[in-house]
Amino acid sequence: MITLDKLTKVFETANGPVTAADHVSMEVPEGEICILLGPSGCGKTTALKMINRLIPKTSGKIFINGRDTDEQNVTELRRGIGYVIQQIGLFPNMTIVDNICVVPDMLGWDRAKSRKRAMELLEMVNLDPAVFANRFPKELSGGQQQRVGVVRALAADPPVMLMDEPFGAIDPINREVIQDEFLKLQKEFRKTIMFVSHDIDEAVKMGDKVAIFRAGKLEQFDSPDNVLAHPANPFIADFVGSDRTLKRLRLVTVGQAMFDAPAVTEDDTLDRAAGVMRDLDHDFVVVTDRHGRPDGYVRQAVAEAKHGTIAEHHARLPVTVEAGQDLRTAVSQMFTHDVTWLAVTDSQGRYQGVVTQQGITHLLGKTYGAAATAGTAAAAE
Amino acid sequence: MTTAVIAFRRAPGLRHLLTLLLVFALGMGVQASGLVTDIMDYWGDIVFLSQQHMVLVLVSGGLAIVTGVSLGILLSRPAMRRWAEAVMQVLNIGTTIPTLAVLALSMTLLGLGFTPAVFGLWLATLLPITRNTYQGLLAVPPALKEAATGMGMGSGRMLLKVELPNALFVIFAGIRTALAVNVGTVPLAFLIGGGGLGELIFTGIDLAEPGMMLAGAIPTALLAILVDFLVGQGQMWLIPRGVNPLR
Repeated sequence: MITLDKLTKVFETANGPVTAADHVSMEVPEGEICILLGPSGCGKTTALKMINRLIPKTSGKIFINGRDTDEQNVTELRRGIGYVIQQIGLFPNMTIVDNICVVPDMLGWDRAKSRKRAMELLEMVNLDPAVFANRFPKELSGGQQQRVGVVRALAADPPVMLMDEPFGAIDPINREVIQDEFLKLQKEFRKTIMFVSHDIDEAVKMGDKVAIFRAGKLEQFDSPDNVLAHPANPFIADFVGSDRTLKRLRLVTVGQAMFDAPAVTEDDTLDRAAGVMRDLDHDFVVVTDRHGRPDGYVRQAVAEAKHGTIAEHHARLPVTVEAGQDLRTAVSQMFTHDVTWLAVTDSQGRYQGVVTQQGITHLLGKTYGAAATAGTAAAAE
Repeated sequence: MTTAVIAFRRAPGLRHLLTLLLVFALGMGVQASGLVTDIMDYWGDIVFLSQQHMVLVLVSGGLAIVTGVSLGILLSRPAMRRWAEAVMQVLNIGTTIPTLAVLALSMTLLGLGFTPAVFGLWLATLLPITRNTYQGLLAVPPALKEAATGMGMGSGRMLLKVELPNALFVIFAGIRTALAVNVGTVPLAFLIGGGGLGELIFTGIDLAEPGMMLAGAIPTALLAILVDFLVGQGQMWLIPRGVNPLR
């Protein structure tokens, strides 16, 4: 857990004092990623660097897992915090494995143990240790280097990590990949992470919490969904963008928006299919094969006009989505294939239910309705 | 013509053969002129004075490396940053003074012999090493230092593990230049009683004896080449592969 308590930084400049952090108070619970977000010069990086004392604070307190960092020796403090920077900062004179082991070596870990861990970590970010361990940084691409940068910060297994725009210099395609890899690592390691970004999409994707800064002040500290759905002020609304509701699609999985809808099999009759649709008040029903996988669908018009078995009259499904994917993927598929609903499967491809455009709209809109009701209630009081 | 040049460049075998032939022809000419015998008359002197010469190079060069690198490191420390440029300026002015004048000055201070010669040579050699060390250390990317600091590296460890290794190539380049200057300047040391191959060169010139002069000049040239080769090899193999553009 990282706790900031009225953290303040005033820089004395030639043009008078500049407040880069103004009584910032926040708490990042253990195992969560908090994204510090804001335009450049808003104080997010200053706030981050005060935690490992690269920038000395003017006033306020910082606690890591309840311990006041002022009472800690600065070297000891930093060795217990993983640090990743945008410029990566791998040491060109050391091999990849030596780079990863810098902190373990300083902490006096057994060499065999630290090297073994380095190899495991490399494997976790899809870099074959046999190929990469003894290479030098200049022999790696930018994306590969930053994977090593992240792994290096994890090497000594610190409970807390600070990441300063770690993926900012990586091309968009690689950035997505490396973000996904990092989230996978985080699922396993559960570090408490402060992560500076200026990219709202990255914040929504990576963050459990988002802290938005402006001119040294913490403007909003909330879940990504709340920041997008209920920006605290016009500045934040503007910063997160007018398409902020669309961005929320990323935050919801298909499973959350899906509802159960019984399916029929190929051997059933059209009459039965028509019955199911009437019960559900739907104009379609999914047909599954004998492995329980969605195979096609029957339209209401067809079911009511014709007779016989479904096998003769069902249409193919152009596409399905997995329950674990986000709604953005689902909506994108709907637009691609010009459909208003999709059959949802589990990771084995078995039929789970359906997700519809109307269902998605309703789900995303619910939070606005609740806020509106709450607002009316508050006004009434 | 162009094709011939290209063929020449592309065929190292051919090039080596031509060089060998050229050297051989040159050797034949020299042998015929009787110079070789003249030079070999001084073999005893050559061996003795070469040793003196080497000692001068090693002592003055070695001292210059130790002091130059230390001074460069010192000047690159943040606490010294205010003074660094001023000190570098003083050193720059020091280098503009001709080496002969430096030797003369050092003679007036320290008298004749080995010590003033070493002092003069040391002073003449110091600047390129100091400057390259200083600038090499300043050129270490700030991101590396930030990463090192953020990981909890102390300043001493950072100097040894991050800054020096990454400045090493530039430092070596300075040492290489400095030692080339040094070896070439050592003959002048004879003028203030420092000994070395200058004895044969200057006496040979005074007596108008080409054999004697060459007996000093050729070993001096060979020594310069040897020293440059050795430092070059050092640059090649002592600098880690990750920061060595040669490898």
